Amino acid sequence: MTGQTGTGLRGRHLLGIADLAAEEITLVLDTAEAMKEVAARPIKKVPTLRGKTIVNLFYEPSTRTRTSFEIAEKRLSADTLNIAVSTSSVVKGETLADTVMNLEAMAPDMIVMRHASSGACHLLARICRARVINAGDGMHEHPTQALLDAFTIREHKGRLAGLKVAIVGDLLHSRVFRSNLLLLHKMGAEVWVSAPPTLQPPGLDRLGARVTSSVDEAVRDADVVMLLRIQLERMQGNFFPSLREYFTVFGMTPERFSLAKPDAILMHPGPMNRGVEISSDVADGSRSVILEQVANGVAVRMAVLYLLAGGSADEA
Amino acid sequence: MRLLLKNGRVVDPVNRLDGERDVLVADGVVALVGHDLPADGARVVEVPRGTVVVPGLVDMHVHLREPGQEHKETIATGTAAAVAGGFTAVACMPNTVPVNDQASVTEFILQRAAEAGLARVYPIGAVSRGSKGEHLAEIGELKLAGCVAVSDDGHPVATALLMRRALEYAGMFDMPVIDHCEDPSLKGDGVAHEGFNAARLGLRGIPGQAEEIMVERDVTLAGMTGAAVHVAHLSSRGSLRAVRDGKARGIRVTCEVTPHHFTLTDDALEGYDTNVKMNPPLREALDVEALVEGLADGSVDVIATDHAPHHHDEKHVEFDHAPFGIVGLETAVSLTFDRLVHRGTVGIARMVELLSTNPARILRIPGGHLSPGAVADITILAPDLTVRVDAARLRSRSKNTPFGGWTLRGGVAATIVGGRMLYTNPDVPGIEALRA
Ligand SMILES: [Zn+2]
Repeated sequence: MTGQTGTGLRGRHLLGIADLAAEEITLVLDTAEAMKEVAARPIKKVPTLRGKTIVNLFYEPSTRTRTSFEIAEKRLSADTLNIAVSTSSVVKGETLADTVMNLEAMAPDMIVMRHASSGACHLLARICRARVINAGDGMHEHPTQALLDAFTIREHKGRLAGLKVAIVGDLLHSRVFRSNLLLLHKMGAEVWVSAPPTLQPPGLDRLGARVTSSVDEAVRDADVVMLLRIQLERMQGNFFPSLREYFTVFGMTPERFSLAKPDAILMHPGPMNRGVEISSDVADGSRSVILEQVANGVAVRMAVLYLLAGGSADEA
Repeated sequence: MRLLLKNGRVVDPVNRLDGERDVLVADGVVALVGHDLPADGARVVEVPRGTVVVPGLVDMHVHLREPGQEHKETIATGTAAAVAGGFTAVACMPNTVPVNDQASVTEFILQRAAEAGLARVYPIGAVSRGSKGEHLAEIGELKLAGCVAVSDDGHPVATALLMRRALEYAGMFDMPVIDHCEDPSLKGDGVAHEGFNAARLGLRGIPGQAEEIMVERDVTLAGMTGAAVHVAHLSSRGSLRAVRDGKARGIRVTCEVTPHHFTLTDDALEGYDTNVKMNPPLREALDVEALVEGLADGSVDVIATDHAPHHHDEKHVEFDHAPFGIVGLETAVSLTFDRLVHRGTVGIARMVELLSTNPARILRIPGGHLSPGAVADITILAPDLTVRVDAARLRSRSKNTPFGGWTLRGGVAATIVGGRMLYTNPDVPGIEALRA
């Protein structure tokens, strides 16, 4: 363990990176390093959260995030319960508040929630007694994704401060982007973002981003290039004319990626659209850390669960 | 029945009056306003020290929800909220279930209002059948049944052609067309003002221009037809500029601003409280500054609440899923005092213009002044009263207000409709004299 003196996180919940101070982010990342060691052991299990009940409440299917949380919970010996709320029960009139009232009967210690509406986790935190972890809410935040991305960057670069990070893709609809921008800005990285103007939310500069519609400018001399998924239905919304044109103007080709620093890493939160935001050559190239991101997700989520349960970095 | 209000400060902009006077009410009308009026058999009451006697306040934009959504509000609960908020009259929007697009619905509303016997209710009829934006409603019959204006509120008047026809046709009956100005394609499925806060919080945006474009259209068509258009709940600085330009060109355009739009900015979105979800959305500081300036300089004609009751269960959901709107009848006077009068932006005479004279004039309804012979609709204001907003104690059937827990300076002392004392505020010192 590094010389962290913090004792857990200040908030009861993890609703977004917006609520975390830089020291808390560092604490999570340091704790995740200790957790990563657990994964390297022959028996990948510690008793830390024995007797705790954690509900994974997913209003939106996401095998990747749910599995990652579930593995993290099991490695910490928690009792887990997965609830996939189909949109049909919502249509039948059961509200989030109704569902939570029923869950409360099981007295969960934590609820990990994925939801299609921004701020849904804030509502949850107001109405339940459990600690709430936001596993992605609408277009708002996906804090554990940003933390695992930061962890991965730090593993490769040794630091976050002073790095040039280029984020390219659908900035408007991406919760991964919002969390990453907030985190990287707080930690002193220089964040360049690039997207068609139709996919840029207003006020990005006030959030600390350097905005350009030239991908080349964003990528040039970058230490990290992070791509965001382009959702295919955005084409119908006239956000851009065609997938082909998107790839021509914004797609990450080997030529474009070569503008970045020679030791730059390439990241993507997945799942990728090959040939839309990224070419296979880049996705499968030697500098791609996409699979490491997935592996690190478990360690970071273990750290978050542990710290929210009241643990301190020193006991990890 | 005669009532003599003694020694109040009387403010009536129509009669250029601001000073200590007595007001004599007889048989439901104002008989006399003057110094040292003789009792002459009237019941004499001393108005509480520090209060101000003004023409009854008129809220020209409320949703009473009856018929059809009585779990949110009824005409009885809505008019009880109105008198508690100092309003002697309200105009109710037609987006009930069914829509008030025919005389039978108008008659039902007036019947219920008469049974409640509280604030006067002036129905607003639909512009189009079912407010669907396709065919004109029977505007002439609506007028004969008692409607004072037409509006498809909740939606904009759908097309420029329908707006032109509505202006021409309603103009024949000297009724204004009230428009909820919003370009549906630019609004899209937005839930909050498009700006930094929505971007940060991941909420889909509604740009100010969605409103402004429609205001520009309406001003142009009012100029073309010579009829009167009234812009409901104007919220953006661009829209205000369009109204000002129209007025400068002699076009018959008027507009209203709500207390929440001159009080709150989109900073209030933080925390995703669904009680700050309204349409039009709360805008940014530059818009609020422009609205306040417009309220002071006369570009804004009216303060209206857009009182929009919603049941707790409907608001207690994710921000995306919650309905738009807040209740406003019982907080409007306090917000106007606290945010405008006590900050020196408007004087009480201008406040009376915004809340009484102008809405009565635009709707061509009785009231708005205290001239002899006028209806004895009178509000007694308590400018220095400390008011703590308690959502649970609102008289409205719904409690969806973002101002719960706020402490505001200024409130209502009493509300008199047609010479009848319908509301007295127990928190006002000296109110006992009025209550007897
Ligand atoms: Zn409206």
